[in-house]
Amino acid sequence: MTGAITVRRWTTSSIVAMTTIGLLLIVLAFGPTFLGPSLTDRMTTLFIYVILAAMWNALAGYGGLVSVGQQAFFGLGAYAAIKLSHAGIEVYVALFLAPLLIGVLSLPLSTFALRLRGGEFAIGMWVFAELMHLLVNLDGLVQGETGTSLIAINDFTPDARRDYNYWLALAVMTALVAAVFFLLRSRTGAAIQSIRDNEEAAASIGVRVMATKRLIFVLAATGCAAAGALTLSTLISFQPKTYFSVQWTAYMIFMTLVGGLGTFEGPIIGAIIFFIVETVFGGSGVWYLIGLGASALIFSLFFPRGIWGTLTDRFGIALMPVGYRLNFAKDNRPADATTAA
Amino acid sequence: MMWFDQILQGVFLGGYYALLACGLSFMFGVLRIVNLAHGSIAVLAAYLVWSIADLTHISPFIALAIALPIMAIAGWLLQRTVLERSLRSGSLTPLLSTFGLAVVIDNSLFQKFGADTHSLDIGDLAYNSWNLTPDITIGQLALLTLVVAVALLGGLQLFLNRTPLGRAIRATAEDPDTAELVGIDSRAVYAAAAAIAVATVGIAGTFLAMRATFDPYTGATQLIFAFEAVVIGGTGSLWGTLIGGIVLGVAQNIGSQINPQGFLIAGHAVFFIVLAARFFLAGRDPRTLLRALRRAPA
Amino acid sequence: MSLLSVDKLDARHGLLQAVREVSFSLAEGEILALVGANGAGKTTLLRSISGAHRITSGTVSFDGTDVTPVRANKRVKMGIALVPEGRRLFGGMTVEENLEVAGRTGRPGQWNKKTVLDAFPVLRENLKRRSGDLSGGQQQATSIGRALMTNPRVLLLDEVSLGLSPVAVNMVYDSLQTVIASGATIVLVEQDLARALRIASRVACMLEGRIVLEGKASDLTREQVTEAYFGLRRPDAGRAAS
Repeated sequence: MTGAITVRRWTTSSIVAMTTIGLLLIVLAFGPTFLGPSLTDRMTTLFIYVILAAMWNALAGYGGLVSVGQQAFFGLGAYAAIKLSHAGIEVYVALFLAPLLIGVLSLPLSTFALRLRGGEFAIGMWVFAELMHLLVNLDGLVQGETGTSLIAINDFTPDARRDYNYWLALAVMTALVAAVFFLLRSRTGAAIQSIRDNEEAAASIGVRVMATKRLIFVLAATGCAAAGALTLSTLISFQPKTYFSVQWTAYMIFMTLVGGLGTFEGPIIGAIIFFIVETVFGGSGVWYLIGLGASALIFSLFFPRGIWGTLTDRFGIALMPVGYRLNFAKDNRPADATTAA
Repeated sequence: MMWFDQILQGVFLGGYYALLACGLSFMFGVLRIVNLAHGSIAVLAAYLVWSIADLTHISPFIALAIALPIMAIAGWLLQRTVLERSLRSGSLTPLLSTFGLAVVIDNSLFQKFGADTHSLDIGDLAYNSWNLTPDITIGQLALLTLVVAVALLGGLQLFLNRTPLGRAIRATAEDPDTAELVGIDSRAVYAAAAAIAVATVGIAGTFLAMRATFDPYTGATQLIFAFEAVVIGGTGSLWGTLIGGIVLGVAQNIGSQINPQGFLIAGHAVFFIVLAARFFLAGRDPRTLLRALRRAPA
Repeated sequence: MSLLSVDKLDARHGLLQAVREVSFSLAEGEILALVGANGAGKTTLLRSISGAHRITSGTVSFDGTDVTPVRANKRVKMGIALVPEGRRLFGGMTVEENLEVAGRTGRPGQWNKKTVLDAFPVLRENLKRRSGDLSGGQQQATSIGRALMTNPRVLLLDEVSLGLSPVAVNMVYDSLQTVIASGATIVLVEQDLARALRIASRVACMLEGRIVLEGKASDLTREQVTEAYFGLRRPDAGRAAS
């Protein structure tokens, strides 16, 4: 046989990237001390966006499941936090437990939902979101669209609230992104991306397609619920119409498409871009929304790999060690050498 | 007797849903695309017809006649610019691109027309009705909607079965590659099918404007109702869409008797129940299931 | 003057080179049998000629015109028809509808519903039946009839005997005689070597994407073809004198 091919998971660039991220996280952990009140709030929002983008990307980019109904979990996460807190549980514990509770409840839902395919799944989840919205409205505590609020959080001073929200958001974001990271590095990791590309082929090489999809579904449900709970902690008020709005899915789609569907770094970049766009244009009213929709449309048609995906394809860079890099000995390079992930 | 009236009104409502869902069903059957912009396009049509009627003070039906070719061309354009590309890209892309399109349409309508609700002025047609009995009324508009729905679905079915283009559409829907091999221009066929689908949405949008008020963001609920009607009736059958629409309409009306929120909740609930039943029955003959139930010990 | 010619055709199946530098030409009225083991590239070659498969390099010429950039449905309108491997009928449509849907190319010629039914009488009593419900032989007859409805000048037949009972194969080939008698130009991919050699005027044998043997059917012996089929002859060991 001709020259050896070695498989590496870590490259120099990925080691540098991982170290940088580690340092960045440490710096972020001290955020409230140097960021100041309004920046701390903004960063918390950014963390929430990263969570949303990462979760939707996991569903669509890795699971091949386009859901137009993740706002169901977003709203349910906030709702569960309200209920738990109202039942007497310490408010930040409630905010932490609520997403886990929703995650557990999403497991039986997944047996039903995952039988749907393509467009049926997409709108089916939307119908689910609408139904959840309606049922939550029936709760006397919520009183329909009047809503209620996370009263117990007012026990904390605004400064303390802001800092705790920040740290909780940072922690949850790190945990969820790390979960996706380890999922991609696991045994099913490389195969996960094959599910999106060709499910039958994936199953034929032994990828446990249904189990992986279920895992991704539950993870995404938990993550979106966490985002909802965290948003509640910053907004304090809970109006079902806001939390169960399909607008959240629109944001998730924008972030993932622009950042890079099916890449690890893509959703993070997409979230940052969305954050900036929203900061600059958010007040422009309807044109801002038209721009979001048009971007999603244009990116899906002409730049399906998003910004990060296009960069990776063009320049062969990959920051995070979630893929495999094949190193060919000089005389053994095939006609079209490609690197995974 | 009130229940009977509610069911009857539900059937008429179902006629509207069938009309609304027709285009969605057709587009899915032929192009295998779930058009997430379907509801928004219906609202767009409603605004179009309303604008024409408002501008020229002509009857809404004539306005519809003017709007139909516009909608057909819009459908043709939609296929050639967005859907064709999306289909080539992969199975996720049509969902993402049509969703983006829906957002663009909704908000562009808001930009142009503002948040006010509108409705088509149809004069007496809006409230004329016949009284079968003191308790049971049949609205003229409601009956007209149902008749148009049945006529449209029947007409489409005839078109598919009896005309050369209809046959070409059926062949391409089944196997586009082989269709090319017998001389069919699959691209042109798809574009024609999209034009037909969107034209039917134009009709649906007109009836939406006649029967109710609409605003730029009505599209989302219309999409959901259309989708529920298609799924309840069973995807892949035009007549199934009629049945699905009627079941949905009846369920919603019965639900509204129970609770103000019941209208929507009942509709969604029936949707999920039908889905669950379909999964449960998948691969099992309902008759053997019934036999097994009868034989089971009491 | 050749009716159909292929020049240095290269076609891939994903990363696999399925057709390598294939060249041949076919005059009007000739019947070329294309033989070879499974995976030799015969189906890909036929599909490339009909436009159903994208080629990487080389040209396909039809009646003097370069049709390489021409779309499949246009090629049908020009006169190239493929009977695909596995029949590929529109199963949800009736036999009659399958025929009718192909009869819209507007090409002049002798083939219409009546003459197709004359050539394939087995279709007469099955006209209104759903084509997906038919037997293998009946489906094959429908598929060939459907291709004929386009009034082709070149008919490409891909493994018409595949999966059929001997009786059905006989029926199909009997009907094919009528087609041949009408002066059709045919490329026939066939696993049954004996039948192929009986019916064809020329034979080409493919191995791993290349044509390794080519010549008049009357000049080649069974042994030569068999050897080429199994690769017992090296590709450059010379072609049979034609």
